Amino acid sequence: MANGSLAHEVSYLKYEGKHKGIAGWLLTLDHKRIGLMYLMAILLFFFVAMTLGILMRLEMLTPGETIMRPSTYNSVFTLHGVIMVFLFIIPAIPAVFGNFMLPIQIGAKDVAFPRLNLFSWYLYIAGAILAIVSLFTGGGAADTGWTFYVPYSIRSAQNVTMTTLAAFVLGFSSIVTGLNFVVTIHRLRAPGMTWFRMPLFPWALYATSWIQVLATPIIGITLALIILERLFGIGVFDASLGGDPILYQHLFWIYSHPAVYIMIIPAMGVVSEILPTFSRKDIFGYKQIAISSLGIALIGYLVWGHHMFVSGMSDASRVVFSLLTFLVAIPTGVKIFNWVATLYKASIKFSAPLYYVLAFIFIFSIGGLTGLVLGALSTDIHVTDTYFVVGHFHYVMFGGMGIMFFATMHYWFPKVFGKMYSEKIAIIACTVIIIGFNMLYFPFFILGYMGMPRRYYDYLPQFQGWHVLSTVGSWVLVSGIVFMFGNLLYALLKGPKAPMNPWGGTTLEWKVPSPPPLENFEEIPVVTGGPYVHDKPTYIMHPGKEGLNGNGVVKTANQENAI
Amino acid sequence: MTEHSEVMQEETQIHSGAHVHRDDEGSKMAMWLFLFTELLLFGGLFLLYGSYRFEYADGFKAAAADMNSVIGAVNTLILLTSSLSVALSIAALQRKQKALALGMLWFTIICGLVFLVNKYFEWSHEIGMGIYPGGPALENMSNGEIIYFGLYYVMTGLHGLHVIVGMIFIGFVMFFISRDKITATNYQKLENAGLYWHLVDIIWIFLFPLFYLLH
Repeated sequence: MANGSLAHEVSYLKYEGKHKGIAGWLLTLDHKRIGLMYLMAILLFFFVAMTLGILMRLEMLTPGETIMRPSTYNSVFTLHGVIMVFLFIIPAIPAVFGNFMLPIQIGAKDVAFPRLNLFSWYLYIAGAILAIVSLFTGGGAADTGWTFYVPYSIRSAQNVTMTTLAAFVLGFSSIVTGLNFVVTIHRLRAPGMTWFRMPLFPWALYATSWIQVLATPIIGITLALIILERLFGIGVFDASLGGDPILYQHLFWIYSHPAVYIMIIPAMGVVSEILPTFSRKDIFGYKQIAISSLGIALIGYLVWGHHMFVSGMSDASRVVFSLLTFLVAIPTGVKIFNWVATLYKASIKFSAPLYYVLAFIFIFSIGGLTGLVLGALSTDIHVTDTYFVVGHFHYVMFGGMGIMFFATMHYWFPKVFGKMYSEKIAIIACTVIIIGFNMLYFPFFILGYMGMPRRYYDYLPQFQGWHVLSTVGSWVLVSGIVFMFGNLLYALLKGPKAPMNPWGGTTLEWKVPSPPPLENFEEIPVVTGGPYVHDKPTYIMHPGKEGLNGNGVVKTANQENAI
Repeated sequence: MTEHSEVMQEETQIHSGAHVHRDDEGSKMAMWLFLFTELLLFGGLFLLYGSYRFEYADGFKAAAADMNSVIGAVNTLILLTSSLSVALSIAALQRKQKALALGMLWFTIICGLVFLVNKYFEWSHEIGMGIYPGGPALENMSNGEIIYFGLYYVMTGLHGLHVIVGMIFIGFVMFFISRDKITATNYQKLENAGLYWHLVDIIWIFLFPLFYLLH
């Protein structure tokens, strides 16, 4: 084990095994390198989809044709949606930071199935390539919207088949990652790390992974049926052959509503990491936050019908779906109140990640409250398929998951790259983002309420004022985002070296060097207490050296042989 | 290390620069999770079947009456037998009877092949009669029958695909057994292949009555 001793000393960024250079990355089984490869790919697609979004806003600057034809606009909003949802929002936090931090936070050397982990990355890339190829082949990019609603998706002459195939492959990648995480959390927690000593980010990933495993197959078969319908005309969704297009919507949302929680629960998990670190105190209501993640995941399965209030459903079903939708507010409220209570009477250290989290709580609350308008039957009918809906889901998706992705990058940047960035610039960039974000998306609520329908490249002249404000907001937002990434990029190249624990965090990733060594830990640590205890150590990092191994230290049965 | 399921071996794989360990219990758990996803994949189709059977009860009855339930029953028998043989192969390997285990797996694969051959004849018979999506005979049938056959081809087709994947899976396992990579003390991969094969079996146990018997 001459090299083995090296593997827990040399940083994962520098370690060279059998494969060197680029192959050392493309063939790596290390969860941290795979996480970084996800980060590169995901950021690339984020910028692509963001550019598409900018172009859409530019088109909406004036009524009528501004820069693109209606059919182009249809393809652009479809791709903006497909890329953002399937290539950025769903995988971003779990695949990048879940991969990177989950094993470290639970005291493991890697995920349960490293090869499967790499396979999942290649599936992601394969799906992404299919999505890109679909742009340039077979009659042009898909123009159905990211929901691929029938009957249009089976009639459209554009390349819907390949785009749905791409989403299918990406779904498979998501399942594999989820499965890997569930087994990792069950099997690889360090000795003494009971379920309720696990940090809240792994808890959130656990809930998310179950949704990924149990919901994604439904979208798999639904998209497969769209492809079969297009190729062979099997009739199950085709009304002219007796099929029922509404059933497509049911199947689509049986996955896609739980998927909304795949997007947001990991983000909420990171909030629960950042708040206790910068509050210098234990999180308020640890168990409630942990269980509420599972609660959201569970209720999230039962509310898909609220996407279809005007599609044609019995009144009884609509009332039930509406009621269940309101129930989601309970576990969500549990989280928000516990977060705020954590800040109460805390010794708050004001820093960039915390600032992003506060931005998240503010913006996400607006998104959540406008969700109530959509969850209530009567008001929903007024604003269905208008900009109000678009505004709502950008507030919860971008304002929730997107802003938290930025927060996550700032929180773990020193750990991942071993460099520090300028917090001052990060805070300025965040302020620009908050201003731009609200300028861009708040007018959507007003436009929607006034009756501006979504997915139109044209509009009535009286809407122009709000559209102009919104388009200007998109420029502000993008400059904030570019500013923020510029700051991080500069830090990556020229930033000062980060210490092991720059924020004073209490979880295990802050007990290993920045960046972490290949094997994460010299010895598997032993856990003696909760994750957010600030006044006394709750981890024994070298149990063997301190002679504690097996001496009255609590161990889980499945780890006994591993030590 | 008395109990097999608690075996958890650690080794550091220096060449790939990563940490690889053996955890049979974890591997089995992952397989079960994967089987859940497979059940849900078919679950979407069963949901459609249920809705359309409710909507087109008469059309479904008429269409199912034309199915050859003898071939269906024979295929059910074949798959059930193959599930027995794959289970026996695990028992044989645990008793260190490598040749018997391989024999049982060969038998399982042959059962899978016979199943597919029957299916091939069944499908070509129906396609020959013009009963396929867009086919001349199906076009003149009622909506219920069109949907029935649409679902029939999708569900048995997807099931057939799983039979093929299961056979490939078992083929790999046989290769590993012959190379002594899967042994009496390290047989989790074989058990996983067996679990997968049982899934293929259990899906068919539901498909058979839904498409052949309910009329």
